[in-house]
Amino acid sequence: MTNFNRRSLIKGGAALGALTASGLGEWAKAWAQAAPWKPEPGAALNVMRWRRFVVAEDEAFNKLVAAFTQATGVRVSMTSESFDDMQPKASVAANTGTGPDIFWGLYSTPHLFPQRCVDVSDVADYLGKKYGGWVSVAEAYGKLGNKWIAIPVAINGGYINYRISHIKAAGFNEVPQTTAGFLELCKALKARNTLAGFPLGRASGDGNAYAYWLLWSHNAAQVDENSKVIIRSAETEAALNYAKALYDTFIQGTVAWNDASNNRLFLSGELSLTANGISIYAAANASNDAKQKEIAADMDHAFWPIGPAGKPTEIQLCFPMFAMTYTKFPNASKAFMAFLLEAENFNPWLEAAAGYLTHTLNAFDNNPIWTKDPKNAVFRDAAKRSLVAGHRGKLDERAATAMADFIVIDMFANYCTGRETAAGAMQLAERQLQRIYR
Amino acid sequence: MMASASIVTPSEPGLFERLKVNRNWLGFWFMVPAMIFLLFFLAWPLLLGMWMSMTDMRIGRGGSFVGFENYQFLLDDRDFLRATAFTLTYTAVASVFKFAIGLYLAILLNNNMPFKAFIRAIVLIPFIVPTVLSAVAFWWIFDTQFSIFTWLLQQWGFLGKDQFINWLGDPFLAQCSVIFANIWRGIPFIAITLLAGLQTVSPSLYEAATLDGATGWQRFRFVTYPLLTPIIAVVMTFSVLFTFTDFQLIWAMTRGGPVNATHLMATLSYQRGILGGRLGEGAAIATAMVPFLLAAIMISWFGLQRRKWQQGENND
Repeated sequence: MTNFNRRSLIKGGAALGALTASGLGEWAKAWAQAAPWKPEPGAALNVMRWRRFVVAEDEAFNKLVAAFTQATGVRVSMTSESFDDMQPKASVAANTGTGPDIFWGLYSTPHLFPQRCVDVSDVADYLGKKYGGWVSVAEAYGKLGNKWIAIPVAINGGYINYRISHIKAAGFNEVPQTTAGFLELCKALKARNTLAGFPLGRASGDGNAYAYWLLWSHNAAQVDENSKVIIRSAETEAALNYAKALYDTFIQGTVAWNDASNNRLFLSGELSLTANGISIYAAANASNDAKQKEIAADMDHAFWPIGPAGKPTEIQLCFPMFAMTYTKFPNASKAFMAFLLEAENFNPWLEAAAGYLTHTLNAFDNNPIWTKDPKNAVFRDAAKRSLVAGHRGKLDERAATAMADFIVIDMFANYCTGRETAAGAMQLAERQLQRIYR
Repeated sequence: MMASASIVTPSEPGLFERLKVNRNWLGFWFMVPAMIFLLFFLAWPLLLGMWMSMTDMRIGRGGSFVGFENYQFLLDDRDFLRATAFTLTYTAVASVFKFAIGLYLAILLNNNMPFKAFIRAIVLIPFIVPTVLSAVAFWWIFDTQFSIFTWLLQQWGFLGKDQFINWLGDPFLAQCSVIFANIWRGIPFIAITLLAGLQTVSPSLYEAATLDGATGWQRFRFVTYPLLTPIIAVVMTFSVLFTFTDFQLIWAMTRGGPVNATHLMATLSYQRGILGGRLGEGAAIATAMVPFLLAAIMISWFGLQRRKWQQGENND
C-alpha cells in the first residue's frame, strides 16, 4: 500500500512543479490551446506500439506521452507488442471493431484495412506545410488515393553493417557499391572465414529488406504498374542466381533466421557483415562489456549496393501511426499524432533514438544526430532512398499481403537451399502472387 | 405429480406445461444449459469457419461466396500439400514415440522406489512448463551456431571447431527437431495417465499370474495390457488430437520455416488467414483439418465401443 505522508507529498508536489515549470510542459500547454484538434471531453486513448529496440527512444517517447496528457488532460495508456505481433493484433482489432484507439505499426499495415482507418489528412497537411513537406515514401505509406489514412511517423533505416577490420583483412577499404563488387567482398570474407549473412527465414523486417533489394536491384519486380504479376522473368532469374552465389558465402543457418538472429550473431563476433538497422551499433555502444565496445569501434555502416537497376533499390521499414474508425476519440487521436511530430517534441525524440528512427519530414534533416557520429550518417537518407512496398505496383493491401506472407523471401530461400529450381521457385511465387493480385 | 397437477388445474395443461414436469423430459431440461454453451462456443464458430472457407473474406471486410474455390486452390498448392503431409508425419511419428516412451516410463514409475512421489512430480515438468517457454529453449538448443548439441559434438571431437549443424536451417533436420521437441513435451501426459491406469490393476491378478508361472512379458501382455487398453485408447486419442492441432511449439521455434518445411496445417492456416489477411483461405485450411480429426475420433470411438465395459459390463 502506498502511504502518503507529508514528506512524500512534498516530494510529489516538487516533481509536479518541476514538470510544469519545464519548457516542455509550458510549451505543450500552449500548443494544446492553439491546436486545431480539441480532444473530446473525458477522452482517453489506448495506444499500441511496436516494442522498442532502443531504450532511450522509448523513454523519450514516454516523456512526450506524459507531456501530452499534462497539456490536454487526455489519459494515454500504452502497450507494446513485438514487431511480429503488431500486424496480427491490428488486423484482429480492425476485424472485430474493438481494441486500441491508435496503433503505431509497421510497413503498410494500415493498407490491409484502409476503410478502418481514421482520415488524418488534416494532420498530415498541417505537419507537411509546417515542416518542409513529406518525403515521397512517406506519402506513399500514409496515403490511399488523396486521403491520408496514417501518419508515417518515421522510417527505420536498414543498411549494411560490417566489421571494419574484417573487410580490410579481406582486401577492401569499403563496402563496394555495386552488386558485383559486393559479391566479391562476400567471397573474400568467406575465404578468411569471417562470414557474411542475410536472413532468408521468417524475418519480416530484415528478411523482406534483403529479399526485395535482391529483386529490385536486378530490375525485377513482383508486379508492374498495372498490378500484373511479372515475377517470372529473366531479371528475377538473374536475381535468383546472384542470391545463390551470395548464399554460398554465408554463415550457416540463415534460412532459420528471424529478425533478432543477425543482431545476436554480429554482437557475438561470429558474423562480419549483415544488413540491419542501427540497433546493433547502438546496443554495442551502450554496453559496458569490453568485447561489445570493441565491436562498436570496429563496425561501420554502408548503403545497399546498386545493381543492374542503376539506382538505390532499398526497402526501408516504415512506422505508420493510425487511428481506428471505431475509436470514440478521433480528435484526441489526431491531436496526439500532431503533437508527437512537432519540432519541439520530435527533435529530442529523434536524437534519443540514436539513428534508429529516420524522419519523414524534410525539416528534420538538420537534427544533430546525423552529424554527431559519422557512423550514423547513412541512416539520415533512409527515407529519401527507400522505395515502397509493391514498388512499381500500388502500395495497397495486396502489396502488404505479399510481404506479410514472405512470398519473395521464400522464393529466394527455395532456390538458395536447392529445394526448388529457379523456374520452380518463380512459379510458386507467381502462383501465390496471382492469387493475391487477382 | 402428474396426477396432482391435473387435479389442481381445471383445464387440460398445454403441451409445454406438460413437458416442463414430464420426468422423461427432465433430463433434457438439465442438458439445455450445456447444449447452449456447446452450440455457442463450439458449433457456431465451427460453422462460421466453414462458411468463411467458402468466401473470399479478407481481414477488415466481408467477402462474397466463392464455393469451393479456396479448396480448389489449396489442392494445387504445394505448400499446403506439404503442410498436410508433414502434419500427418508429425502426428504419426510423435505419437508412436510418445506412446512407447510414455508407456515405458509409466511401467518404471509404477515400481516401488525411494522418493516415488518426488520422481513422479519431476516427470511432469515438461508438461507443466508453458509451451512457449520450452519452445524458446528448444529454439536455442537447436540454434545453428549456439546449439548445445553441436557444442557437445565438437567437444567430443565428432565435429570440427568450425563445423556446425544447421538444425533449424535444413528442412529435414528442422522437421526432426520440432518432432523431437513435441515428443519431449508430450511424454509426461501419456506417462502419468498410463501410470494412473496401471495403479488400478489389482495386484491379485499379478499374484495369480505369477502362481501360474507367467513370465514378466506374459504378465504385461496378458494382464497389464488388456486392462490398460481403454485408458490407452483415450490417452492416445487425446494425444493424437493435441499433436495434430499443435501450433505454439512450431510458431515459437520456426514459424513454419525454413522455406515452409515445418508448417503444420494449423500454423499455415494462421499464416495465410491472419498474417496474410486472407481469412477465407485460412479458414479453408483449418476446415481441411476437420476430416482428419473426425477420423481420429471415429477410430478410437469404434475401437472403444467393442469393449463391454462401455456398456456397463465387466470385461471377459
